Amino acid sequence: MRIVAEVNGTPVQGDVEPRTLLSDFLRHDLRLTGTHVGCEHGVCGACTVQVDGEPVRSCVMFAVQIDGRSVRTVEALADGDLHPLQRAFHEAHALQCGFCTAGFLMSLEPFLREHPDPSEGEVREALAGNLCRCTGYEAIVEAVIAAARELR
Amino acid sequence: MKPAPFAYEAPRSVEDALGALGEDARVLAGGQSLVPMMNFRIARPERLIDINRIEALSYLRDDAGALRIGALTRQAALERSELVADGWPLLRQAVRYVGHPQIRTRGTVGGSVAHADPAAELPVALTALDARFHVRSPRGTRTLRADGLFVFHLTTALEPDELLVEIEVPPAPAGARMAFAEYARTHGDFAIAGAAVVLVPHERCAVALLGAGPTPIRATDAEQAAAAGAAPAEVGALAADGVEGDHQRALIAELVRRAMSEALA
Repeated sequence: MRIVAEVNGTPVQGDVEPRTLLSDFLRHDLRLTGTHVGCEHGVCGACTVQVDGEPVRSCVMFAVQIDGRSVRTVEALADGDLHPLQRAFHEAHALQCGFCTAGFLMSLEPFLREHPDPSEGEVREALAGNLCRCTGYEAIVEAVIAAARELR
Repeated sequence: MKPAPFAYEAPRSVEDALGALGEDARVLAGGQSLVPMMNFRIARPERLIDINRIEALSYLRDDAGALRIGALTRQAALERSELVADGWPLLRQAVRYVGHPQIRTRGTVGGSVAHADPAAELPVALTALDARFHVRSPRGTRTLRADGLFVFHLTTALEPDELLVEIEVPPAPAGARMAFAEYARTHGDFAIAGAAVVLVPHERCAVALLGAGPTPIRATDAEQAAAAGAAPAEVGALAADGVEGDHQRALIAELVRRAMSEALA
């Protein structure tokens, strides 16, 4: 099926089987490999991207469903310089292997827009849908609070 | 490719969707349960009817005091709605336990209902609120109550040619206090047990249970005791009476007690 969408501000076209997951379309067809694929059943959050501004798991959405819609992946986050959230992750050592990081960033960026001054509890709840198997989350929470401060 | 091949249709109207339904088809709403099942190939529908393009199914409306929820309304919209928070705070409380924010942006209220997972929060909250479920098919329309809709694990009374189109929540009784409590291993994980309470002190009470059986269950003995002013612990014990398994029984008793205490606070 033919699809026409906007990805990271650029119009894209694709010809996909209906069963093609959005995550596979982004990675294989568009070569946007910043979106990582972990569990592929909607648990780990590694594949989180934004569709029409809302964070969604691209492994439990079909590519045909983005026809006419706007998608944003981690590749769009840095604008020359790192996004404040990325910089905070770097500074707080909020990643080790980095596999989960893109998913965290794409989940947390819209969260911080809605919650410019989140409590630690709110941050923990916001990132509960993203699994990290290296850091133990403490540094991630620290990074999000630091990024929120900078974004305010 | 994780899922098995399927034919895909994305109707733009309810009429077109009804024409496409059938034995070999599954309805794709938010897909937060169905697509994982397809990725595992536990579900292998021949045809997938994607209703996400039917904008007419996405709304939250106050209709003479009742809440009308279009079946395709996202869980996130329910969570953000001031109308819901003001009139039916139980729904806002319950929806916050559904998965994670990235699930609720896609997941729909109608999808939660039609999927009928016994661990799902919204069916239990809607059961406590005496919701009515409006269903359409090419043969006509019908309205079900929770006890008629939820049949078993992942099983509803919906026929293959029927589509859940709306959930109607009656006006909350004057002075009603509501609370939802649940236990899960971690926040956002599948609930192991839960309780929804709608209480008008010394008048009436609804207690719906999650984890006491294969469908949401109303604890009628506990409701009567609660309406007569019984203490939360007593209501909890009555609700748990007959629940299978020591641990499950203890969880139900405690969660009902907590929800009752919160409703009374």
